[in-house]
Amino acid sequence: MPVALTLHDWLLFLHVLSAFALVSAEVLFTFLLVTLWKTDVPADIARVSGTAFLGNILVGVGSVGVLIFGILLAFEADSYAIWDGWIIAAIVLWLVFAEVGRRAGKAYDAAGARARALVAEGRNEPNPELGVMFRSPTALWLHVSSMAVVVLLLLDMIFKPGA
Amino acid sequence: MLAATRPTGWDFPLFLHVLGAMVLVGGLTVAVAFQLLAWRKRDPADVAAFTRAGFRALLAVALPGLIVMRIGAQWVYSKEGWSGDNDPAWLGIGYLTADLGGILLLITIILAGLGARRLRRSGGSKSVLTRIAMPLATLLLIAYVIAVWAMTTKPN
Repeated sequence: MPVALTLHDWLLFLHVLSAFALVSAEVLFTFLLVTLWKTDVPADIARVSGTAFLGNILVGVGSVGVLIFGILLAFEADSYAIWDGWIIAAIVLWLVFAEVGRRAGKAYDAAGARARALVAEGRNEPNPELGVMFRSPTALWLHVSSMAVVVLLLLDMIFKPGA
Repeated sequence: MLAATRPTGWDFPLFLHVLGAMVLVGGLTVAVAFQLLAWRKRDPADVAAFTRAGFRALLAVALPGLIVMRIGAQWVYSKEGWSGDNDPAWLGIGYLTADLGGILLLITIILAGLGARRLRRSGGSKSVLTRIAMPLATLLLIAYVIAVWAMTTKPN
């Protein structure tokens, strides 16, 4: 079976693969949040917070890839244009995601760094300050918002309102 | 930018299919990351925690993702009117990874769960079962990336 793929095929694959990386990062961050939600023990938080590094790589590669390959697709494809409403909506949602995700990451990275500092100081007893940082309603709200924006992006890509 | 032109009645089933697939791949990514950490660590507490986290990612994230993805896939399939005769090759790849991959995922979950339980009881830092589960989960992740390629590029 001969396989003849066009530039459009490859751009679409890389665009979708980037979206998978982005969602994988969101899944990882959510999983860490749920796993650590009830603990104030620095070693427990420090142990798994290091895996957020993988999430940061995935979210970086995924978000940049989605945008770049998406824009290239818009220019390459005859059936849509960069100024189509649903594509402009996607770019606006991407910008919102970038800012909300940056703020959420900053809040949780600070909690992870504090946990690692406490472990390095040999203080592994439950730490209420750590719990307050980790269960911050603001940080949680930012994380949930970033997930909601990702779902909106997916809805926009599939339903293509106005197309 | 998924399929450019299709009846709007397919949008919601396709949304479910893609969302489920993304959650499935996300769950597998998380599981493989934790299983890899468990493999590399020596401290029994670390190994037990990472092994348990890997098992939970498979059970609570990847499995529900697979179910949603598969329901969405069947829904789209029924709307597209395929009958099984002369279905395109990319659809066969999708079915193969969804169904055989589903069985492999269940086996991986069982092995990872049993391995995590044995580690907790023994307090050890090595489990043959979890060391079998890790390559299986990695294999599944690779298979689903190939499925994403087949689903998006639709070769022939």
